[in-house]
Amino acid sequence: MQFFLAEGARLGLGLIGVISLVAVNALFLIWMERKVSAHIQLRPGPMEVGFHGALQTIADALKLIGKELITPEDVDKLIYLLAPIVMFLPVLVSFLVIPFSPTLLIRDLNVGVLLIFAFSTLTVLAILMAGWASNNKYSLLGAIRSVAQNVAYEIPLLLTAMSIILMAGSFQPSVIVSQQAKVWNIFVQPLAFLLFIICGTAETNRAPFDIPEAESELVAGFHTEYSGMRFAIFFLAEYTNMFIVSAVATIFFLGGWHGPFLPPVVWFLLKVYALIFLMMWFRWTFPRLRFDQLITFAWKILIPLALLNLIVTAFVLKLVR
Amino acid sequence: MMLEKGLEERTFYLNLGPQHPSTHGVLRIVLEMDGEFIVTADPVIGYGHRAHEKMAELRTYQQYLPNMGRVDYLHALAYNQCYCMAVEKLAGITVPERAEFIRVITSELNRISSHLLWFGAYLLDLGAFTPFLYCFDDREQILDLLDRLTGSRLTYCFYRFGGVPVDIDDDFIAGCRAFSQRLRSRWDDYDNLVTKNVIFIHRTRDVGILPPEMALQYGVTGPTLRGSGIPYDIRKSEPFSVYPLFDFEIPIGERGDVMDRYLVRLQEMEQSLRIIEQALDKLPNGPIMAEKVPKRLKPPEGEVYTAVETARGEFGIYLVSKGDVKPYRVKLRVPCFSNLSVLPELIKDTMVADAVAILGSIDLVIPEIDR
Repeated sequence: MQFFLAEGARLGLGLIGVISLVAVNALFLIWMERKVSAHIQLRPGPMEVGFHGALQTIADALKLIGKELITPEDVDKLIYLLAPIVMFLPVLVSFLVIPFSPTLLIRDLNVGVLLIFAFSTLTVLAILMAGWASNNKYSLLGAIRSVAQNVAYEIPLLLTAMSIILMAGSFQPSVIVSQQAKVWNIFVQPLAFLLFIICGTAETNRAPFDIPEAESELVAGFHTEYSGMRFAIFFLAEYTNMFIVSAVATIFFLGGWHGPFLPPVVWFLLKVYALIFLMMWFRWTFPRLRFDQLITFAWKILIPLALLNLIVTAFVLKLVR
Repeated sequence: MMLEKGLEERTFYLNLGPQHPSTHGVLRIVLEMDGEFIVTADPVIGYGHRAHEKMAELRTYQQYLPNMGRVDYLHALAYNQCYCMAVEKLAGITVPERAEFIRVITSELNRISSHLLWFGAYLLDLGAFTPFLYCFDDREQILDLLDRLTGSRLTYCFYRFGGVPVDIDDDFIAGCRAFSQRLRSRWDDYDNLVTKNVIFIHRTRDVGILPPEMALQYGVTGPTLRGSGIPYDIRKSEPFSVYPLFDFEIPIGERGDVMDRYLVRLQEMEQSLRIIEQALDKLPNGPIMAEKVPKRLKPPEGEVYTAVETARGEFGIYLVSKGDVKPYRVKLRVPCFSNLSVLPELIKDTMVADAVAILGSIDLVIPEIDR
């Protein structure tokens, strides 16, 4: 009985923590994206609401809450309404197993990495639902592109993840991190890190891989017909996905919470936000790839490289051990 | 590239526009699609029709002048110039040389600002957001210069029949020189960050190839034609104003693809800078207005055709006078109308993303097509 109470309290606290983290993180990331893009583009960005526009996203969120929720005619209502929820829930689940520090984690599952990948794949389903149900050709094209892209990029992503898991010999995030106390994996597996970041950017549909929502071609892609908070949830999910991909990359390659002087959780967040900054940097400096080039890039370059990396890792491990 | 159609496969129609981020105006293109590929494309124009040609028949010659800045708002001064040249030719007014120099300098500045805007907006079409703001930063310098001289920043109405109303001063000349220096220092940045970008090259090389024969058949002019390797530029082919006095080149492309059209425009900006610098060096002294231009202009009966090279191609005015204070008929030959007509041929069998890249590379100003 006591065990269940303790576990229940732990889970409840965890959920509250996760939800507040997701909300605060998204608010911060949107502000950060604006500031980063602004400074890349020779402009100051938001300056009016709060200190250097710090409250701008809150003002925008309030505006979005006040907007009318439009449901266009002839949409597949159930799927149309479910899509934002399906988009957002898996994102929350992934937070359950991310170790922010040796002590600050909700559940130390021994298949944690598997759980993150399994649930993050579900976002494809949500995009497909949104695109299909919207009864809009631009949405449908965006959804089709998105599925093709996510399937293509999932493979090299998992292959590179496999080479790290081979090295660690465990699916448990905390084990993978604690093995990097001396040397971070990025120095052992630089190619894998590169592949992971590229695939991660594509997985989160960020530029230069933002084909599903390429605004100059498909207006807004799969969320063209969504307004108000429904749109905001897609937006929120995109930024939270960025956080998760960066967190996984930090766990795999950047030694998680390890680092001198500062407390572990600070190190972890610093690394995550540095990676997110890198992704923002990509977005504001690169043009967009064409759809077929994107798929070719995944199948002809990334997947062979990832396979090669995996095989070499396996060989070296066999020789060393 | 097209998949063969099976029994169950059907094409569908996709409306690109009239409200779409990539048409840069109210242009509508009806695309027949086979998945991501375009089977046929059918541009629908006329959403911004303002009856500019009819307006000319209802207004006096002077009253029609402001209309010219609004046909193509991006290179307004060339349109001003063409109309002034037509009326001057008809009425037999000789423009003083200094005024011609001022016209060339301001018109070339305007050409650079138009190309800069195209450069930024085109990269926006390709999904690169940032170059747009750098171009606008450069373009702002031109707008400030012209703002001080002409009083407006976009739809200029600066030239008058017989010359220009305001002389340029030393500040303007110094500003022009500073600007050309500043823009020259930017070429390296644009080259390294945009032209040599791998993704950019993949998106533009061998995309939307326009063969020279096809370009001639459709009456394509301007950088779009020169990208296909035909050195046709009114400033050289049928020189007007004082252009023969200057030493400049006509950049041309080799393959006629999107990349070539892009490079031609970039090189044209450099050539425009050369023209401006030479004009500033050679600037003669003298009056800026012809003497005795009547307030109530009544050109003799007759008809006249004048053409200038705008940022988008050959713009011509065919003007018929019956000896009245109003023109009898004005026909505007706009470059974008002909350039758009070749679009369906170019975007056939390409993907939507390529269609956007090709559409942007033609550099359309939609109100000009609709007139």
